[in-house]
Amino acid sequence: MSGRVLVGVKRVIDYAVKIRVKPDHSGVVTDGVKHSMNPFCEIAVEEAVKLKEKKLIKEVVAVSCGPQQVQETIRTALAMGADRGIHVEVSGKDYDNMGPLQVSKIMAALAKKEEAQLVILGKQAIDDDCNQTGQMTAALLDWPQGTFASEVTLEGDKVKVVREIDGGLETIKINTPAVVTADLRLNTPRYATLPNIMKAKKKKIANVKPADLGVDMASRVEVLRVDEPPQRQAGMKVETVEDLVGKLKEAGRI
Amino acid sequence: MAAVGTLAKVARLSSSLCRSHRLIFNRSSQRRGIASCIDPAHGLSDEQREFQKVAFDFAANEMAPYMAEWDHKEIFPVETMRKAAQLGFGGIYVQPEVGGSGLSRLDTSVIFEALSTGCVSTTAYISIHNMCAWMIDTFGNTEQREKYCPDLCSMEKFASYCLTEPGSGSDAASLLTTAQLKGDHYILNGSKAFISGGGDTDVYVVMCRTGGKGAKGISCLVVEKGTPGLSFGKKEKKVGWNSQPTRAVIFEDCAVPVANRLGEEGQGFTIAMKGLNGGRINIASCSLGAAHACVQLARDHLLVRKQFGETLSNNQYLQFRLAEMATKLVASRLLVREAATALQENRPDAVSLCSMAKLFVTDECFNICNQALQMHGGYGYLKDYAVQQFVRDIRVHQILEGTNEVMRMIISRSLLTES
Repeated sequence: MSGRVLVGVKRVIDYAVKIRVKPDHSGVVTDGVKHSMNPFCEIAVEEAVKLKEKKLIKEVVAVSCGPQQVQETIRTALAMGADRGIHVEVSGKDYDNMGPLQVSKIMAALAKKEEAQLVILGKQAIDDDCNQTGQMTAALLDWPQGTFASEVTLEGDKVKVVREIDGGLETIKINTPAVVTADLRLNTPRYATLPNIMKAKKKKIANVKPADLGVDMASRVEVLRVDEPPQRQAGMKVETVEDLVGKLKEAGRI
Repeated sequence: MAAVGTLAKVARLSSSLCRSHRLIFNRSSQRRGIASCIDPAHGLSDEQREFQKVAFDFAANEMAPYMAEWDHKEIFPVETMRKAAQLGFGGIYVQPEVGGSGLSRLDTSVIFEALSTGCVSTTAYISIHNMCAWMIDTFGNTEQREKYCPDLCSMEKFASYCLTEPGSGSDAASLLTTAQLKGDHYILNGSKAFISGGGDTDVYVVMCRTGGKGAKGISCLVVEKGTPGLSFGKKEKKVGWNSQPTRAVIFEDCAVPVANRLGEEGQGFTIAMKGLNGGRINIASCSLGAAHACVQLARDHLLVRKQFGETLSNNQYLQFRLAEMATKLVASRLLVREAATALQENRPDAVSLCSMAKLFVTDECFNICNQALQMHGGYGYLKDYAVQQFVRDIRVHQILEGTNEVMRMIISRSLLTES
């Protein structure tokens, strides 16, 4: 096995920013707004770096798709311990319309090109909450998938993944190469240290275009309109339980 | 996401250096610099933004949740500071070959400004510790550097800067602590006052008199805790800076090896002043962080508090006041960063700029924090609200590391002695 792990990292609007919808309702305001690495991607990077520290894998490659600015996100991954980065250049309309389908095609192509043993992704991004990229990547590669991972253990040429599911925890064993998506409790990402941030400057980031990987970026989805969630309406107080049940029935809730 | 899972995680966390998941769901960490006209990331290089991000994250996760408790219970947060040291914050501008991070004065200012948003008092102590480590790194010989710097950079050991005495504050060169040469030891007699960390720290950088009167008779000695003849006064009760103990440091026939002298005899005052140039930038940076946090707190309060039928943010007086606070904050930041750059490049105006920065910034930022308290109304006076702690903590920045009056002396002397 190559001992190489590919980690996808996404540049998203920082979780603490108050989101505002653009006046033309075509999307949300991103200009001048603080961005950072998707928190689940941070967890994915941390897991990959931990595997390397345990000497179970040899190299961690951080990948991000987007315009020039995503290099910041790749550098953060490098500062956390990734060895090198790949910046897949996507900009303009292609970037605005980029979704899990396009990203998973790119990740699949890179996983084959880099002969990755594992692809680790965050389970979902906090901007679109799609929760699709990991699953689609596995399907395109015809690889097994361990999603919503709260524990990952390499055992020879297999991976044991403990998954967080609605009913509790499910443990599966899958063959490598495989795709794993990181859930919240998989680990707690480390702070980059000052020396590592400086070392990260010297690590290489390769530039690649989707066309070089044979990926068609055309979107099958068109966003018609983006609106803010409806304003919260005032509730009402009722005197008795019968009133409550009556009102709930009226509102068609039960 | 179940809170239960997070709690289970916390138990596993304590030994490793990482962040709390709390942050993902805690939207009240508004002290992080979010994009706006006062964003402290403007004008910085990508690498500096990375440093700043780590410092902001550390401040929000490891310091801000505890700053009130540390103040109230007067806790010296040794473990938290050691965590900071693991990230490289123990010797930020100390050379890497003795364990430091080898960064510039500007990088340092950016880092302390960010850390200060989490807890001013703790960050200010970390900056004093950094200053001492730098003094040993810069003026020490190889043995001294190798003996002290690695432990200081990792905060295995903590340091204190000892210049002020009961009888000599602003008139620092008139200090009376004597160091008499006897064979291969100096015998120290005297006492130092208001020493940050005093009694809890391990390494004391002490300015003492080995020669005649005035600045030229002063040398700099490194004294280790546990040396016979070294004792401490009572812990002072202070208005702020409560997460660091302040005590008198007392020398009674305290024998210190000559090998512990930094530089030559008579060089001590110069070493002390050079240390303070950087210290002044650091203290000003701490004031900046507090002011930045307070402007955000004030803004948030104005958007929420309603009187006379509308939110305070609709009141023009308060809008204008907020604008003035923001303007003075940005002006202060520019001055500190320019002073840091001047010091890094060893420019002829560096000393004056550092004094100007300390003078202007500590004064303006105190006013900003004080105004922010006022905007909170009665709530600003309650310890449940952080703004009062920022005010109390940065009040002393106008006094120590050279009073703002002494800063005026330095600046006017520089102007009036030009030919």
